[in-house]
Amino acid sequence: MLNIYEVAETNKMIEKENLDVRTITLGISLLDCIDSDLDKLNEKIYNKIYEAAKNLVSTGEDIAREFGIPIVNKRISVTPIALIGGAACKTSSDFVTIAKTLDNVAKKVGVNFIGGYSALVSKGMTKADELLIRSIPEALANTERVCSSINLGSTKTGINMDAVRLMGDIVKETAEYTKESDSLGCAKLVVFCNAPDDNPFMAGAFHGVTEADYIINVGVSGPGVVKTALEKVKGESFEVMCETIKKTAFKVTRVGQLVAKEASRRMGVPFGIVDLSLAPTPAVGDSVADILCEMGLEYAGAPGTTAALAILNDQVKKGGVMASSYVGGLSGAFIPVSEDQGMIDAVVAGALTLEKLEAMTCVCSVGLDMIAIPGDTKATTISGIIADELAIGMINQKTTAVRIIPVIGKGVGETVEFGGLLGYAPIMPVNQFSCDAFVNRGGRIPAPIHSFKN
Amino acid sequence: MKKTIITVVGKDTVGIIAKVCVYLAENNINILDISQTIVQGYFNMMMIVDRTESTKHFKETAEDLAKLGEEIGVIIRCQREDIFNSMHRI
Repeated sequence: MLNIYEVAETNKMIEKENLDVRTITLGISLLDCIDSDLDKLNEKIYNKIYEAAKNLVSTGEDIAREFGIPIVNKRISVTPIALIGGAACKTSSDFVTIAKTLDNVAKKVGVNFIGGYSALVSKGMTKADELLIRSIPEALANTERVCSSINLGSTKTGINMDAVRLMGDIVKETAEYTKESDSLGCAKLVVFCNAPDDNPFMAGAFHGVTEADYIINVGVSGPGVVKTALEKVKGESFEVMCETIKKTAFKVTRVGQLVAKEASRRMGVPFGIVDLSLAPTPAVGDSVADILCEMGLEYAGAPGTTAALAILNDQVKKGGVMASSYVGGLSGAFIPVSEDQGMIDAVVAGALTLEKLEAMTCVCSVGLDMIAIPGDTKATTISGIIADELAIGMINQKTTAVRIIPVIGKGVGETVEFGGLLGYAPIMPVNQFSCDAFVNRGGRIPAPIHSFKN
Repeated sequence: MKKTIITVVGKDTVGIIAKVCVYLAENNINILDISQTIVQGYFNMMMIVDRTESTKHFKETAEDLAKLGEEIGVIIRCQREDIFNSMHRI
């Protein structure tokens, strides 16, 4: 039978170390909503999402209350809208109406984000893909809860550089459209290489076409728990440190698995995956950077950071895999700058640069995330940053992403405030040398040699 | 069996266990196990209880106990045992 120490350990993780379930994300396929009439399409989308998700928030709240574990976010992901709207949308403005429908239904069912205003263009763009991409600035400026993601490359297809070039412009335009709110639109826009179909985390969640009609995916968190566990093994060997992380990740993930199964049972929706991510928040004690410091670094960004992050990411996976029957999504440590107080401190101290962050993304779960850069950064430079990051994903057969915010009207040394879970960020300097001629070549980067495994 | 874990944490005072037990008895909740310890003057108690015979919904029981805790000056939490089993048992 359970003993008082085990119970106290779990409750201490929840109360003092910010253990929570970061998100329950309900994936909904919209493929059966496709219609050539735009009004009918919007109506079908609204109704399908409403019917599927009307009990999502209350179910999440019930589970949180009964198990005593906070479930921070309840969210929805849908089939990439470029696929759904292709038959009905003749202009970018037509696509914006779908974004508004998604926003309205998200507000109606009470979820804080809905993901899937997306296009998958890793090899080429259809007319609909391009219309959707060009509609992103207006769509994100006119909605509150819609998140957009674009898959621009994969290990199997190479990188679509025409789309990368276009996304440089779109990121800038989105920043312009939302400049009154510190270019907040860009915080809801992410580009990927090797985007997963079952990611529960925003802004990159969408319900892939390989998925069933409905699915429950859960993202766990708990950087504070890992950090506290490491405090007890100060000065010990790498072996002891790794074992400690692994054991902690196991415990954290078991909670995610329990919540996922319970949500799945109560909603009558199949359980998809648990995403084993260490996702930080701006709250004190909920930082991935603090784990790196606890491992022995003065600041995140100091020499040794990439190695420390590689260890952390690998041990989290090793511990988590056994704790869950299905693991998927992004699974690893997130290193967003604005959402992690330790990362923010490291940038302010001058320890962490964009280039070091890029190196770190080679070994962590995602990529350049929530990084504020000067508003006058050129579109081609943004495309260059995206191309670098996607190349890392393509060659290393992993997911990489860029969510970067050129803050209009602000420069290096200033700070931008996004609020809530999105946090705040010091604006980071960007390499000023040009990559115009490279980015403007057009076409695509061929798939790497190790993609030919057949 | 609907096993629930009740934890009580707070400053030690006379009659904490008694008051919690009275509530449980009145609501037909059976106590399966109790352990208690004092850490640096703070009272820590864990009870494993069975709610099968209780007519009250989980939410109501949890709210009643939280309110009782406020009256005594301690924090009383009510959680389904699954979360602890998941974390500490394979």
